[in-house]
Amino acid sequence: MNMSHNWVEIGRVDEIPRQGARVITTATGDIAIFRTAADEVFALADKCPHKGGPLSQGIVHGRRVACPLHDWKINLETGIAAAPDEGCAARYPVRVADGMVSLSLIE
Amino acid sequence: MDMSLPAAAGSKMKLVMVGNGMAGMRTLEELLKAAPGMYDITVFGDEPHPNYNRIMLSPVLAGEQTVEQIVLNSRDWYAENGITLHTGKKVAKIDRRARCVETDSGTRAPYDRLLLATGSRPFVLPVPGARLPGVLGFRDIADVEAMIRASTESRHAVVIGGGLLGLEAANGLKLRGMDVSVVHIGAWLLERQLDEPAARLLQQSLEEKGLRFLLQKHTAELVQGESGRVCAVKFKDGETIPADLVVMAVGIRPNTELAESAGLHCNRGLVVNDTMQTFDPRIYAVGECVSHRGIAYGLVAPLFEQAKVCANHLAEHGVARYIGSMTSTRLKVSGIDLFSAGDFTGGEGTESLVYSDAAAGSYKKLVIKGNKLVGACIYGETLDGAWYFDLLREGTDISQLRKNILFGQSHLGDAGHGPAERVAALPDTAEICGCNGVCKGDIVSAIRDKKLFTLDEVRAHTKASASCGSCTGLVEALLAHTAGGDYSAAPSKKPLCGCTEHSHDEVRATIVEQKLKTMADTMRFLEWKTPDGCGKCRPALNYYLLCAWPTGYWDDAQSRYINERAHGNIQKDGSFSVVPRMWGGLTNPQELRAIADVAEKFKVPEMKVTGGQRIDLFGVKKEDLPAMWADLAAAGFVSGHAYGKAMRTVKTCVGSTWCRFGTQDSTGLGVKLEQLTWGSWMPHKFKLAVSGCPRNCAEATIKDFGVVCVDSGYELHVGGNGGIKVRVTDLLCKVETEAQVLEYCAAFTQLYREEAHYLERTAPWVERVGLAHVKAKVVDDAASRKALAERFLVSQKPAQVDPWKARAEGEARHEFTPIAAFV
Repeated sequence: MNMSHNWVEIGRVDEIPRQGARVITTATGDIAIFRTAADEVFALADKCPHKGGPLSQGIVHGRRVACPLHDWKINLETGIAAAPDEGCAARYPVRVADGMVSLSLIE
Repeated sequence: MDMSLPAAAGSKMKLVMVGNGMAGMRTLEELLKAAPGMYDITVFGDEPHPNYNRIMLSPVLAGEQTVEQIVLNSRDWYAENGITLHTGKKVAKIDRRARCVETDSGTRAPYDRLLLATGSRPFVLPVPGARLPGVLGFRDIADVEAMIRASTESRHAVVIGGGLLGLEAANGLKLRGMDVSVVHIGAWLLERQLDEPAARLLQQSLEEKGLRFLLQKHTAELVQGESGRVCAVKFKDGETIPADLVVMAVGIRPNTELAESAGLHCNRGLVVNDTMQTFDPRIYAVGECVSHRGIAYGLVAPLFEQAKVCANHLAEHGVARYIGSMTSTRLKVSGIDLFSAGDFTGGEGTESLVYSDAAAGSYKKLVIKGNKLVGACIYGETLDGAWYFDLLREGTDISQLRKNILFGQSHLGDAGHGPAERVAALPDTAEICGCNGVCKGDIVSAIRDKKLFTLDEVRAHTKASASCGSCTGLVEALLAHTAGGDYSAAPSKKPLCGCTEHSHDEVRATIVEQKLKTMADTMRFLEWKTPDGCGKCRPALNYYLLCAWPTGYWDDAQSRYINERAHGNIQKDGSFSVVPRMWGGLTNPQELRAIADVAEKFKVPEMKVTGGQRIDLFGVKKEDLPAMWADLAAAGFVSGHAYGKAMRTVKTCVGSTWCRFGTQDSTGLGVKLEQLTWGSWMPHKFKLAVSGCPRNCAEATIKDFGVVCVDSGYELHVGGNGGIKVRVTDLLCKVETEAQVLEYCAAFTQLYREEAHYLERTAPWVERVGLAHVKAKVVDDAASRKALAERFLVSQKPAQVDPWKARAEGEARHEFTPIAAFV
């Protein structure tokens, strides 16, 4: 385990809707925390690299979310926009233990 | 065992491609995207060049571009992608048993999969002298270089064949300073693309450029001169004309010799199935050498579709099928615009609409069969070609468009695009796509840098023409100008999205027939390619299921767009706008006071009266929504559904209660219609209006369902739209009582709900299915009308629950509150 991580518990997996997201508010901007149909959990800055749309409000499908403003597809694992669009949303490390989701704010 | 994931690099499968042209290379590019590193790839090409854009040979001949400019994949590209490239080597033999190919110089390459993309070659007329020096085809860079050389050394050029290729060759040679005659066996030029009047106009303008035409001439012999080269063309009628250079452009033949020698089944092309496989399952084929369902394609767009399908199977994804393409044609001669598609000759059982202005060089012929467009042939103003091609492909009922269809799409009322200009002359800063703000320069550089060839590719990369589509003609013209792509081929069936091969109609019908009641069951039964769909199909499936099973389907919030999930309109800063329902646009001091109180309490920064006569509160924070709705619910308001693919508003004028012209109680009827239809989910937004007299102050004739009151009753209008493409309604019928208005409205609404594609407004739906169909179901057949209206009422029962009140009381609380907060 990487000791530089600063893990913070943020809530239980079942508080995030499957194929959906919740928001974590922070002093430096919102973070979106996603749960896929396969119960994987990912976290990205809640800001589309295109025009800043709130990714947490998009439709989650596979390991992607479609931005609600202009339908860019953002990869949840990498934060990278699907081609032909180009851009990247910041990622945050996430881990799940016993149904509890933790997030590291240092990346 | 999984062959697609070999354990070590050394055990990678070997893919050999014979032919280094556009279709084959496109397949490799798609394959590298779909399954990078899956194969060791070897490519054999008999030309000495890497892959280049063959379509652009005409501009190279004409001196408008250079050979370097048309190279698509540089040698570096092959190296970077680990592809072994053999240029200038002809594959002479395929040993299917040993799974290995061999060139005429003895190079051997073993394969696990073989891809044949051997293309085609010019057909050579079987006349004496056809093989003389100075007789060329027009197929590759060597031909073009030979023509350019000849143009500097000699004078007389004869092009045999007045088809697309022949005319492009003739135009290029003329620009190179030669004296050019075009010999054609037919009665007019381009008889496969144009009818006679259009061809005459074309001939006239080519003659003005200095070309000479000899029509209905049969070539008898190419005469050898003293130098040993060709010196003249002799015709069957005895006439002889001088010729230092002869270009044969009478057609192409697929190169199938190699395939035939290996025992692969060929019939006017190498025969492949829908997965681009030949009769040997290890051997695939794409491009001009292929015969698919009896058709050999020669245009780029269908070949690229084949490439995509073939790559999908080489990557062992195994989900794509090629089911053929419809194609249209344009000519790449600067300053000459022609377009044709489908059956433009007409004949028995068809009608023709013709517009002809010879002085202006403009001609249009549309062929119609049974209210549908089956062919188009245009010379001059061709920007509407794309629109006609769409109408043709979709089988749109054009009976309502007949009067204006010849004048093009802009005459049907597009907003904000103005008259189409010649795109070539526009500056780079000229806006082409008003919806997405894309300029000419953006599109041209994307086409160049990203090597785009089709309209769909330009849409994906630039978003131009991806919204309302009214600039499609301009974008296509830019494509033609920049890449020379014959962009407007399209699959003959449109799947719902990339997750399935089924169309909207097939999906809807299957849900009902198979009694599929959940999204997971539907995806499973229809063999969806993705595990949980995408942002396009999930909202559509959710609606289709909801419409099919109004009382037995559990709405899936995660498959709804955010506006419908949060019951507000998301704005560009992530805040929401809130529109309370005001029945029929009526209000009173108490309601206005309640709205004012809410606005102050939640510090609403801006308020506005909407186009649908409601009050919009802007800039509400998402987390404030439930509390605001609680206050609004307490004052008697319900959601205005201003955010949904749903019934929006009923706009009314004041009517007979106050207005001196009013003939009926339009506001009262508006309130009743709104009470009937509110809460209903639809394929798209749905707007109503009631005007109290034919002065039509409520603008009922640009609504999805509009009522215009008259002295003797009510006119019912349907299929109107006030958006990007303004469409005036069609008159459905006239009825006498308010009760009839309500029943017809319910029936029409339900028919739209049951038949339209998701995200299709009533206007394009009515155009697609035809007003006659709507009348048959809603007006002519009383039993059908009653059944539709009844089904609508059943679906309304669970739908008319105020979503705001429910959320104010705690439903879907997670939607509105952060899971955690850090300061």
